[in-house]
Amino acid sequence: MDSEALLAVSDLRVRLPGGAALLEGVSLAVESGRSLGVVGESGSGKSLTALAVMGLLPGLAADGCVRFRGREMLGLRERDWRPVRGREIAMIFQDPMTAFLPVRRIGDQIDEQIRLHENLSRKAARARTVRLLGEMGVPDPDQAARRFPHQLSGGLRQRAMIAMALSCAPSLLIADEPTTALDVTVQAQILVLLRRLRETGAGVMLITHDMGVVAQSCTDVVVLYAGVVVERGPVRDVLDAPLHPYTQALLAAMPPLDGPRPERLPAIPGQPPAPDARPAGCVFAPRCVFVREACGTRPPMIARGGREAACVLLAS
Amino acid sequence: MTRALLSRLGQMVLVLFGISVLIFAVFFATPGSDPSARIAGRGASQEVLARVRADYGFDRPLPVQYVRMMEKLFVTRDLTSFVDHGERVVPEVLEAAPVTLSLVLFASVFWLLLSLGIGIVSAMLRDTWADRALMGLSLLALSMPVFWLGEMVNLVTQSRWHDAWAFSWVPPLGYTPFARSPKGWALGLLLPAFTLAVAFIGLYARVLRAELLQAMGDDAIRTARAKGAGPARLWLWHGLRLSWLSYVSLFGLDFAQLVGGGALLVEVVFALPGVGHLTYQGLNTLDLPLIMATVMYAAVFVVLANAAIDGLYALLDPRIREARRGL
Repeated sequence: MDSEALLAVSDLRVRLPGGAALLEGVSLAVESGRSLGVVGESGSGKSLTALAVMGLLPGLAADGCVRFRGREMLGLRERDWRPVRGREIAMIFQDPMTAFLPVRRIGDQIDEQIRLHENLSRKAARARTVRLLGEMGVPDPDQAARRFPHQLSGGLRQRAMIAMALSCAPSLLIADEPTTALDVTVQAQILVLLRRLRETGAGVMLITHDMGVVAQSCTDVVVLYAGVVVERGPVRDVLDAPLHPYTQALLAAMPPLDGPRPERLPAIPGQPPAPDARPAGCVFAPRCVFVREACGTRPPMIARGGREAACVLLAS
Repeated sequence: MTRALLSRLGQMVLVLFGISVLIFAVFFATPGSDPSARIAGRGASQEVLARVRADYGFDRPLPVQYVRMMEKLFVTRDLTSFVDHGERVVPEVLEAAPVTLSLVLFASVFWLLLSLGIGIVSAMLRDTWADRALMGLSLLALSMPVFWLGEMVNLVTQSRWHDAWAFSWVPPLGYTPFARSPKGWALGLLLPAFTLAVAFIGLYARVLRAELLQAMGDDAIRTARAKGAGPARLWLWHGLRLSWLSYVSLFGLDFAQLVGGGALLVEVVFALPGVGHLTYQGLNTLDLPLIMATVMYAAVFVVLANAAIDGLYALLDPRIREARRGL
């Protein structure tokens, strides 16, 4: 892993106060000008990873190492976090319906973030807000800024959310399922916005459960399963020839874009294990068709051709 | 906008009408009792009884009696108390109103400031010893009977230690109008108002703490943290803004209820000639016209306060405003 990466997370562990582990040693890196897709089922720890990077874990203990621009962020005091959040690292939340304060106007909420970090007059902040909303493709941005969140459609609200996240030109943007709540056309537009942002040199961490979204807008991908990274590498390689059986199964469960449609899509049998019932060995072993004796111990990440996967199959 | 206002006004009039009918029915249309005898008071002579009966129309059908009563209350305002030597009841209530209003306004300053302070501090320090101590104190304040507390305050400041330096400023019981001496007015109301406020401080601090903690778990608060907002901004600007709807509505109702005469015990204990005191006096002497007037007055206040709260709600929450316009 490049030590100069914008964000380097290594061996991040998060556990519940009761002791059950939610994340078991997650490592990933986001580089400037690239975008990393973090993929996994619900409960695999994607959002938790994002919150840990933002220092927003609600009452959970985290250890390991989260380095942002070479600076250790884990255990940073709240006071030192403040200038980083919103300015250096910004986050887009999954549900634009609830992420805004329902009782304040959209524009005021975006102005607030700008004025928290920059010494700007109200007027200058509002001018930037309106400009950003316009860039996000919000029609009549001046009017939209004066609306309350519930008066905007989901798509417009998510654009406003992105405008807010981008308002201080962050060098790292974390987007936690930014398109799940939106319909497909809006989703495509939002992904284009994220891609444009990446092209301006910022790093993007895109959390999603949708391989299609990853294929469209990411350069690298990390596959999470039950709090463990099972595969990591450049998007094209991973999507074209997945190494880990879980990634393979995940991709096989997607309908093909062309060619004849299969009668039934192959589903992965079983359920991901609950955090307190994870196997001691490979976390995917109980559902894996290739399971063997060696799976009883947790496999390390094994590099092969520019990417890595945690599977005993690669060792042989 | 005007239409919404008019419809609101119509609703209020309807509610007041309903309340007045109910009160009238309870006091004057109860079967098996002679309202004239009750208005005339205990041991009234036959002539007085006959005069009351004719005056109020108690020998005529109920609707006429009701209209007569309302006319006496609101139009001619000459509802007369026979028990109290022909005192006109409506001016009596209107004279008592400023006393009660002063007391309750004074108390609400204490109660808002202190409950806000305690609620916010408790929520911010949740589950520490300070939080537990504050919440324990609040529970204690909440459960202290106000008449007992008032008597204790009187005992300490009026007799036991009245001459000690700490309480020598306390004026004798009673009320000094603001116009006569603003200083006397304030000093005289300080202790009664605080006594009245104590239970409310406890209740409101607890309510606010709970609401605030719930609001702080909201997604919107997480967004605010992700924006880089500091704790003061987070709690006061975002959290409080989300959580004080129920606080505000609770306040409106309690305030109205107190102005309407709910501060009865405090007024009696501190000898303040307010509306509650008047109600107390009316109940003591079974002065039916007086009770009728004070209850009607209280109803007007509660209805007015409800309308005010609804207006405030719409100001505080744009979603409510929208929903209402859609109707």
